[in-house]
Amino acid sequence: MEAFKEHVGLVVPLDRINVDTDQIIPKQFLKRIERTGFGEFLFNDWRYLENGDPNPEFVLNHPRYAGASILIAGVNFGCGSSREHAPWALQQYGFKAILAPSFADIFRNNCYKNGILPIALPADVIASLSQAAHDTEGYQLMIDLEAQSVICSDGTAHTFDIGDFEKYCLLNGLDEIGWTLQYEADIAAFENR
Amino acid sequence: MKQTMYEKIWEAHLVRASADEVPILYIDTHLVHEVTSPQAFEGLRLNNRKVRRPDLTFATMDHNVPTTDRSLPITDLIAAKQMETLAQNCAEFDIPLYDIDSPEQGIVHVIGPELGITQPGTTIVCGDSHTSTHGALGALAFGIGTSEIEHVLATQCLLQQKSETFEIRIDGTLPYGVTAKDIILSIIGHIGIDGGNGAVVEYTGTAIRALNIEERMTVCNMSIEAGARAGMIAPDDATYQYIAGRRFAPKDEDFDAAIERWKQLPTDDGATYDRTLQLDAADIAPQVTWGTNPGMVTDVTSRVPDPADMTTTDEKRATEHALEYMDLQPGTPITDIPVDRVFIGSCTNSRISDLRAAAEVAKGRKVAENVSAMVVPGSQAVKRQAEAEGLDKVFREAGFEWREAGCSMCLGMNPDTLMPGQRCASTSNRNFEGRQGKGGRTHLVSPQMAAATAVTGHFVDIRKFQ
Repeated sequence: MEAFKEHVGLVVPLDRINVDTDQIIPKQFLKRIERTGFGEFLFNDWRYLENGDPNPEFVLNHPRYAGASILIAGVNFGCGSSREHAPWALQQYGFKAILAPSFADIFRNNCYKNGILPIALPADVIASLSQAAHDTEGYQLMIDLEAQSVICSDGTAHTFDIGDFEKYCLLNGLDEIGWTLQYEADIAAFENR
Repeated sequence: MKQTMYEKIWEAHLVRASADEVPILYIDTHLVHEVTSPQAFEGLRLNNRKVRRPDLTFATMDHNVPTTDRSLPITDLIAAKQMETLAQNCAEFDIPLYDIDSPEQGIVHVIGPELGITQPGTTIVCGDSHTSTHGALGALAFGIGTSEIEHVLATQCLLQQKSETFEIRIDGTLPYGVTAKDIILSIIGHIGIDGGNGAVVEYTGTAIRALNIEERMTVCNMSIEAGARAGMIAPDDATYQYIAGRRFAPKDEDFDAAIERWKQLPTDDGATYDRTLQLDAADIAPQVTWGTNPGMVTDVTSRVPDPADMTTTDEKRATEHALEYMDLQPGTPITDIPVDRVFIGSCTNSRISDLRAAAEVAKGRKVAENVSAMVVPGSQAVKRQAEAEGLDKVFREAGFEWREAGCSMCLGMNPDTLMPGQRCASTSNRNFEGRQGKGGRTHLVSPQMAAATAVTGHFVDIRKFQ
């Protein structure tokens, strides 16, 4: 897994609550047996018109948000299906971090396994960051994982919570299976109990 | 120390637990299907790793499989490739597979309990969020992503943080026509689709106790639709009777010993939960979803809500989006909404008791002229049982299509999909935008309500259905 330490990037606001993984990556793209190639289908049904052209109304298609790497969304982002294709699609599109008031459990877990940082911040903070991203063209944020902080260009910092182990894995790009396998003797002992 | 059932199962499966480390949880049963597993097996190969316990791993094909005549070749070549990949992976890693031609094939959450693989007190995972279904037998069962599938294949363990505990207690007697599906939809309506986030729900109370095992599966199945990590119901005599004699169930004195162990599982008297909710079964009416997530649900006697009545800007906007997508006007009585399609199936409602309930409504009636309706049994075993009871005839004579087993139009990965703009009464679990087909509009209901909707052409209150 790619490590995550610090990131500075363009912010795009997606003004929706309860964004489910069926929207993030619709089922017709789950038939692939590879782990790659999902970025172009991210938010497919919102992002493209019936004829396949980009939907000019969808926020990711606004030219000012081209190259965005930080997504801001409403509560309970990533609810629904356990498909890891959702974080794959977000990551392969170019997102490094998702900011929202809350996340669905399985989706948040899946993000950590793919080097994407899901950051939960209070709803009023999310609302103000989202407003700033609407109001200011080229609005960027800095994310410092070591400090557990989202830093605005004026220096305002918002701290966020993350589990010690998740933080350690992201900072070091840790192979979690390798981590567990170092305790192979414990697993064998459990099985022989 | 008084413990909840979740805490007992959790502690009994800790391989390592020290204060400064993430706990390592042992997994007793790993269920695998074709859609979320190929990248996990590829990961094993790339890292030169083996499957630690193929004997604790079971695979089937369900999401992609066509539900039409199985003797015909599969026309979707990408889906066929995914199924073929699962077969190759199972052969390479020595994992038992119930493939498309197997008499045991079916939706993974239907065949697990059916084969006796699902047992009380065990930990069960699968790369599918509806794994919570298996909690109906007193197991700790939850959905995982593909990286975690790879982790379990390689180690038979998961790195897991302990969840909060959440008791949802339903006492009282369910009114006539109100089902397990209505219980869970009503719960989601109460707590919202993120109301269970971070928690493992235990369903308790006399109304839950009165449910048969298949009905309990319907309740636990949709725990994830409230955001819960898992849902579970303590085992009792009904559970033991359900398990007895199934293929992978313990036999003879092993079974007696297992029952003695299982009797230790229920939550201790006096144990406390982090959160609690109490509902009265008598207050629950048949439920119909009107929006684009399962929390957007109301009584069949009610009306489509008005965005203006929502308390927050976010909710108002979400309701507006939902009504626009669903092409519904605020204030419309639910029973005035006509449908084009009816789908009876999915891991929520495709078991024999679901089909019996739907058939009872369909018997001697005809599907309305402008409606096309289909019944997709959850497994080949359910299909055989239904045919032995003549339910297939009842459905066919009423004008329903009778299909082969699979996930089908619950998520429309196979050719069973809604056309843009079509409206469907569905016994499945998700009414997300495009879930059953791009532009399709889904209303979640019970099997009885779905069958009654099929014959009348619009939603009806099953309690008054003649």
